[in-house]
Amino acid sequence: MSAPGLLGIMRLIVARDLKLAVRHWDQVVQPLIFFVIVTTLFPLAISPALDELRRIAPGVVWVAAMLASLLSLESLFRPDVEDGTMEQWALSAQPLSILLLAKTFTHWLLSGLPLVLMSPVVGTALGLPASVWPVLALSLALGTGSLSILGAIGAALTVAVRRGNVLLALLVLPLEMPVLIFGARAVDLAMQGESVVGPLNLMAALLLLFASLGPIAMAAAMRISVET
Amino acid sequence: MWLWFHKLSSPPHAFRTAGRLRPWFFWPAVLLIAIGTFGGLVLAPEDYQQKDAFRILYVHVPSASLSLMVYVAMAVGAAIGLIWRMKLAHAFAAACAPIGAWFTVLTLATGSIYGKPMWGTWWEWDPRLTSELILLFLYLGYMALRASFDDTQRADRASAILAIVGVVNVPIVKYSVVWWNSLHQGPSISKLSAPSIHGSMLWPLLVMMLGFVLYFAAVMCDRIRSEILRRERNASWLSEIDAET
Amino acid sequence: MSQPSSDSTAPLLRASAVHLWRGDKHLLRGVNLTLQRGELLQIVGPNGVGKTSLLRCLAGLLPMESGEVHWEGRPISECRDVYQRALAYLAHANALKNDLTALENLRFSVGLRCTVTDEMLLDTLARVQIAHCADLPARALSAGQKRRLAIARVLLTNATLWILDEPITNLDVAGIELFERCVAEHLERGGAVLTAAHQLLLTGRPNVRTLELAA
Repeated sequence: MSAPGLLGIMRLIVARDLKLAVRHWDQVVQPLIFFVIVTTLFPLAISPALDELRRIAPGVVWVAAMLASLLSLESLFRPDVEDGTMEQWALSAQPLSILLLAKTFTHWLLSGLPLVLMSPVVGTALGLPASVWPVLALSLALGTGSLSILGAIGAALTVAVRRGNVLLALLVLPLEMPVLIFGARAVDLAMQGESVVGPLNLMAALLLLFASLGPIAMAAAMRISVET
Repeated sequence: MWLWFHKLSSPPHAFRTAGRLRPWFFWPAVLLIAIGTFGGLVLAPEDYQQKDAFRILYVHVPSASLSLMVYVAMAVGAAIGLIWRMKLAHAFAAACAPIGAWFTVLTLATGSIYGKPMWGTWWEWDPRLTSELILLFLYLGYMALRASFDDTQRADRASAILAIVGVVNVPIVKYSVVWWNSLHQGPSISKLSAPSIHGSMLWPLLVMMLGFVLYFAAVMCDRIRSEILRRERNASWLSEIDAET
Repeated sequence: MSQPSSDSTAPLLRASAVHLWRGDKHLLRGVNLTLQRGELLQIVGPNGVGKTSLLRCLAGLLPMESGEVHWEGRPISECRDVYQRALAYLAHANALKNDLTALENLRFSVGLRCTVTDEMLLDTLARVQIAHCADLPARALSAGQKRRLAIARVLLTNATLWILDEPITNLDVAGIELFERCVAEHLERGGAVLTAAHQLLLTGRPNVRTLELAA
């Protein structure tokens, strides 16, 4: 019996989580509905005038994306920790960081990617011109990746804590603020017809940084969380 | 209870040392802060542009630099505790957080008082103040995470990871906030920082800075003593200490 | 399965002076134990005495206050990978996903450690006598069937050392007999088993010992 390679293991975990998601699709869809509802709140609270909404649209979409990503983090590790799967992973002789990275990637596939795909619809509703869609989608694609990784670190830290979801928001939101700044600004700049290469490059750099260091922090945090 | 002593530094020793060092930090701190206050409020000349309003910088600037220094010190302590499994380093990190958070609050408060005469509002989304606010959130998150664990050792290690993640993030936050602000408006007329000042205006600031650092050290001695007491409440050396005093 | 660098005269697993605190409570006070190939060691003691904590310390899940655990003569902190590859751990929780079928559960959990074919999985399910449940979601299994599924995972991981926390919980009489047979076979093949138990297994056999933890 040969030991499977790292890529094979990542594929196995992604396949497992996708299968679980299909069998519990409601949990995948709920954060997306939440995303749409939050973006609906702003026209109601501020003004239905499109030119007014257009000004705040980048920020609105980005804040809503951040909150939706946060909402889905709660269930990222908790089921696996509670049913004992995570401690089996911790003892599996495979690098826990890679296993958790694969799980975080699946989380992005199920929570980040749908936001990217839905962004033109939401953007249109808020008066964003079609010319900005690609930048909005690209900024969300790069940014939600970072959000998933930072969120996964927070989720790994708080998963053993009772009622940890408020705590999770408290820990993760300040860490995510730079991503929000670059993401929302990039869309803003695109609307003013200026170059967006700078902020998008910075977001890509952040994503690479978080993707390389984040899993180490996740694994260290998870080992503490499975100690109980 | 030899078990408690097998780590690099023994708690009773640290407890006694902190107690012995405390007055050596505390009284010089009081003296330096008194001198700095006198120098800043009385001796330093009025700024030709900002009038007397600039004098709050003698509190604002030292607390701003301390708020960041303490965070870095906390992360270093946390990393040492995590890597070498040193309990005293974790106790140090735990003691850092509330002090650092208070320096941050002080920075925000003095910044906002300074803002009223300078900008006409109590709050301005100035990049320094904004990143200071995010720093406060990081401190609060750290303390909240620590408080949510019942077991001290797990609290130590979990919050250590957060402190390290946080300290990697601090420069990113700082840079992003400066970038964010620079897009919105040109460089503001009176930045909330130590302006280029000379001689009679500068020396009280340096004295204050040193006074603040010593004050931090003195408070740290107290806090680390109470932190050690809390952690070692079952250890036998405490009753010996009790007998000594 | 032994590593070339390891000391062949050393016991398979040796723990010395394991101390553990839980909060204010000094739970484990200098526990010593050794385990040789072909041996079953059953840890007994009243509830709350620290049986589970000891097993978790030995598995490397729970850091000890002080003490050493050696695997084939080397501290487990130095050979974590080797140790974990040789170790199968069964906790109170079965580590099953309710939404996956019995077969899928095995495929994903065993697949992390070694490459297996569905044929092997089905064989093992048959061995623990739940082959007819292969395509049922785990939520439809009874508590005893879930335990058997978890035991199937231990059998499939091909480990030398089994650390089992109250393995026969929820098993019926036939299930306990079946499990005893599996343990006996594993011992004969040169494996070793460490359990926390309220009910002793394989009593009266050679190479079966108990260790009593006192409060």
